[in-house]
Amino acid sequence: MHAITYEAPTTLDQAVSILKTHGENARPFCGGTDIIIQLRAGVRRTEHLVDVKKIKELQTLSFDAKKGLRLGAAVPCIEISESDVMRRHYPGLTEAAHLIGSLQIQNRASVGGNLCNGSPAADTTPALMALGARARIVGPNGEREVPVEAFVVSPGRTVLKPGELLVELLVPAPAPHSSDAYLRFIPRNEMDIAVVGVGAALTLDGDKVKAARIALGAVAPTPILASKAADALIGMKLDAAALEAAGRAASEACSPIDDMRGTAEFRLHIAAVLTRRVLSIAAERAKKN
Amino acid sequence: MNRDDRKPRKPPGISRRSFIKGAGVVAAAAGLVRVRPAAADEKTLPAGVVEKLGPEATTIELNINGKPATLEIEPRVTLLSALREHLGLTGTKLVCDRGACGACTVHLDGKPVTSCMVLAIDARGRQITTIEGLGTPSNMHPVQAAFVETDALQCGFCTPGMVMSVAAALERNPAATTDEIKHATAGNICRCGTYPDVFAAAFRAVKPGPAGSARSVRAAKDA
Repeated sequence: MHAITYEAPTTLDQAVSILKTHGENARPFCGGTDIIIQLRAGVRRTEHLVDVKKIKELQTLSFDAKKGLRLGAAVPCIEISESDVMRRHYPGLTEAAHLIGSLQIQNRASVGGNLCNGSPAADTTPALMALGARARIVGPNGEREVPVEAFVVSPGRTVLKPGELLVELLVPAPAPHSSDAYLRFIPRNEMDIAVVGVGAALTLDGDKVKAARIALGAVAPTPILASKAADALIGMKLDAAALEAAGRAASEACSPIDDMRGTAEFRLHIAAVLTRRVLSIAAERAKKN
Repeated sequence: MNRDDRKPRKPPGISRRSFIKGAGVVAAAAGLVRVRPAAADEKTLPAGVVEKLGPEATTIELNINGKPATLEIEPRVTLLSALREHLGLTGTKLVCDRGACGACTVHLDGKPVTSCMVLAIDARGRQITTIEGLGTPSNMHPVQAAFVETDALQCGFCTPGMVMSVAAALERNPAATTDEIKHATAGNICRCGTYPDVFAAAFRAVKPGPAGSARSVRAAKDA
């Protein structure tokens, strides 16, 4: 790894000031599970690593039944996967946090970091998108909020401009009779990157779908929202035909590549299969809420 | 030349394929929540202070196996590198150096982490435990003893990491279940394929708790 300067601000203002001063030559880091490896491999280059773990706002994790979830960008995945509150209200996001890397990585890596890393295959990003999460960003020109589906713009690149920092993720409170789920396919049982990952959130009205969001990872240059697939479910009973149609529509939203993890053709097939499964799981959970 | 001195092999500019390839494996009542305080992260500095270190070497103190250690290192040095090359603690193994194998697992405040992905300066203020701190040949930790008794290794490179992962799981739940042991060791890869013996050793160290929590060695081998 090339030489780096380590800077650790304790307030948002300081962080923004440091990030602005160094521009493209600075990068925030939390657990470091991506950036340290990327710097060593030469995939990214930065001379200033800005440790944002000491900023209080980035360490927030709070849930309110009306206001929803505030998830600080630096909160490690382990605190999500081990939280009963998270498992109860956001089981899909919790599953995604529980799947990332290994326990060793979950102890360090954060959901915010997973998003900022900008991987097309990030596990927690489709889960956040399914939930309608928004990213709260601060920067030299003040604050702004961006829907998570608009956060990643290309592989490894996000909407963050020089000087900007992801503070927290804001997730709406779950509506009555709603829930979420996340599934990914990997050829082994653990420690792998998603070949396809699908997150879904559903709200039911009796046996009909009242609201639905479906998001997929590793099937396009960025995680994608399959809006057509989800919208077609509104007002429908979630029977085999509806699931089949949703799976097909989700698959049609994908533009995957061939790589060592799977062919494009295989990914299109798996996207449909996982979409059907996550919708079924989310629906079962929603019935109990 | 230090591993950390290697020049980037290619300039930035990321395709979908190269990005994923380079990314490592990775990668209150109604209200709530923060179950635990954020460990040492918020404690090391008072609010309002900005700490700046490097890029040149700087003197830092780490708490390793209950003892303070002072070392002079650059911010880019990983905890793994600090342990092995600066402090001579070579029990922690360098294998993949990208968080994919678990051989470099140590405990930070009792939690397992891959030390190749942690900057040494980022481990200040934490209790760092390495395999050397877990037990000694004459006074082994129960998990170390179980690995010896079960002969749960072949080449041995993954063993310190495996032991650290199992020890952390048993610290959490002395009567750990099969699923808990599997989850705890999921990030530890054994190229020799000694997993059945590793699980057997782990279950030898499990203290049987309430009914159904601990599985027999045979069951673990079949798992």
